[in-house]
Amino acid sequence: MKIKEKGLPLEWIVSKYNYWIYIFLMMIGFYAMIGKKNLVKKVIGMNIFQTSIILYFISIGSKKGSTIPIAEHAAGGPIQAIQYINPVPHVLMLTAIVVMVSTFGVAMALLIMIYRRYQTIEEDEILRLRR
Amino acid sequence: MTTSPYPILIILVPLMTSFLIPLVGWWRRSLCYPLILAALTVSAFSSLIILQMVMEQGTIHYHLGNWDPPWGIEYVFDHLNAFVAVIVSLTSLLIGISSKSLVERSFSKKAAFFYCLFLLQATGLLGIVVTGDAFNLYVFLEIASLAGYTLIAIGDDGAPFASFNYMLYGTVGACFYLLGVGYLYIVTGSLNMADLAKLLPPLYQSKPVLIAFAFFIVGVAIKMALFPLHVWLPDAYTYAPSAVSALIAPLTTKVGVYVAIRIMYTIFTPSFVKEFSSATTLLSWVSIFAILFGCIWALAQTDLKRMFAYVLVAEIGYLALGIGLANRNGLTGTVLHIMNDTMMMASLFLVAGAVVTKTGFRRIDQWSGLHKKMPLTMAVFVVTALSVIGIPPMCGFFSKWYLLLGAINARQWVAAAVLLGSSLVNAILFFRVIEVIYFRRPAEFPNQDRVQHEGFEEAPWSLLIPMLLFAAGIVSLGLLSGKIVSGIIQFAIPEGL
Repeated sequence: MKIKEKGLPLEWIVSKYNYWIYIFLMMIGFYAMIGKKNLVKKVIGMNIFQTSIILYFISIGSKKGSTIPIAEHAAGGPIQAIQYINPVPHVLMLTAIVVMVSTFGVAMALLIMIYRRYQTIEEDEILRLRR
Repeated sequence: MTTSPYPILIILVPLMTSFLIPLVGWWRRSLCYPLILAALTVSAFSSLIILQMVMEQGTIHYHLGNWDPPWGIEYVFDHLNAFVAVIVSLTSLLIGISSKSLVERSFSKKAAFFYCLFLLQATGLLGIVVTGDAFNLYVFLEIASLAGYTLIAIGDDGAPFASFNYMLYGTVGACFYLLGVGYLYIVTGSLNMADLAKLLPPLYQSKPVLIAFAFFIVGVAIKMALFPLHVWLPDAYTYAPSAVSALIAPLTTKVGVYVAIRIMYTIFTPSFVKEFSSATTLLSWVSIFAILFGCIWALAQTDLKRMFAYVLVAEIGYLALGIGLANRNGLTGTVLHIMNDTMMMASLFLVAGAVVTKTGFRRIDQWSGLHKKMPLTMAVFVVTALSVIGIPPMCGFFSKWYLLLGAINARQWVAAAVLLGSSLVNAILFFRVIEVIYFRRPAEFPNQDRVQHEGFEEAPWSLLIPMLLFAAGIVSLGLLSGKIVSGIIQFAIPEGL
């Protein structure tokens, strides 16, 4: 690989920017899930984590200079795959979004249960109460 | 491709019934229980028929909506997942039977919603087992997990908080799995497992494939609670209601192990596993630590359900060890142990559930003299305990035997020593409890509120019948394990291993 010879060339970083953004977002979410004490913040972190994966999937489906995957939108002639964005990752992500929304719903319901039981949603206070 | 309806009935009947149940429960609450039993019976019956079909004619493919794979989703049944599907559906049927008394006792008003989630959980687990599509597996994984989070949160004490932690871990695990699917999709453009297995071999050296493999294994390890990632398990299964922990504890982890086998030996082939043997070596070392850690922490527990949860952590170590050994005997041991451990864990958690619902006692010392009150339940406990330790006629012995042979074949002497040593620790663990139950008098524990178990008061029949069936299964399937290995499991082991 060229990277070893030249260090990290700017081009190599910039050309793969979608992956960098997804990793960056994912790490923000991961940090919030691990580092934050407030349970709502943890849930928000979880959401960012899941969103980053959705972004990743969406970005791998796109192609430069291509259009939405409906036959009429591209220039005429026989259908060529290169002219269209790959729709499969997008469709997969519709399902993943549904999963994400339901996880969020369950998380909120759990938080309500936790709040009713302990009157707080701070993790360290709950751990102190449970001792 | 097959046109028989049984492959889809396994999933469709419990799924549709689960949505029907809240409506029916709104009209007649008493109909919910027979309805889930009917749905689970249909599912178990179909999976038995499919197992028979697979044994007669080999792998079955079922194309959903007549879309040909790799474009459409297909359900694939080979010897491995037909076997696991039978285990999952029969166990969920038996646990379904046992849930009656618990539901009537603690939340009869919300029974309909409980049964709805219960069926969704069973559907999710069955779906993971039957599907032949990597992304479809993710969806079923999340159906099972989401139902699991809500079911666990029903319990008392720390249940919601334990469930919340489980949810954070579980979501990360599922997301890692999804990322693995994504990386494989980048390099191959396919989601069908069999298609992936065909497309991947020339790409084994490429970085995205290796990253996908790593994401898959870590994600599944979180879902099946392999040692350093097990943190969510003890709390969640301790505080969950008894019927729920009896369903989730044996099955979720075992299905996770099944997914690990699928990924390592179907999506990736044995040749990949041999080429990158450092991955399997790492897995077997991690599972050795899982066994040690689980056994030792189980020794330190006073709450029985929590002790069982740590025993489960050790058992997952056994299962993962068989995968990590990457040879024929080891994998045979794992597949056999999937069945045995499901029965043992279901039986242990049912016993704990029976005692807790009947007397409310959870600590080991409170169980003293309990054999006079609940002789059958305690007999089931003893049979299961002997099986977990690994005493010959019980099924636990045979799977450990294969694992030991696998460890010796792979020249993993540490693993062999740990397998034998952990049996000793298990013996200490369970004979301690058996001694308290049968030979100690309550008076010997002065600090306790005097616990007297006067009179005969067995658990209700709905709980007792599944327990006795599991105990009978532990003994009889132990005796039959030679037949099971030669008839089913030996065909489930992939070629070239």
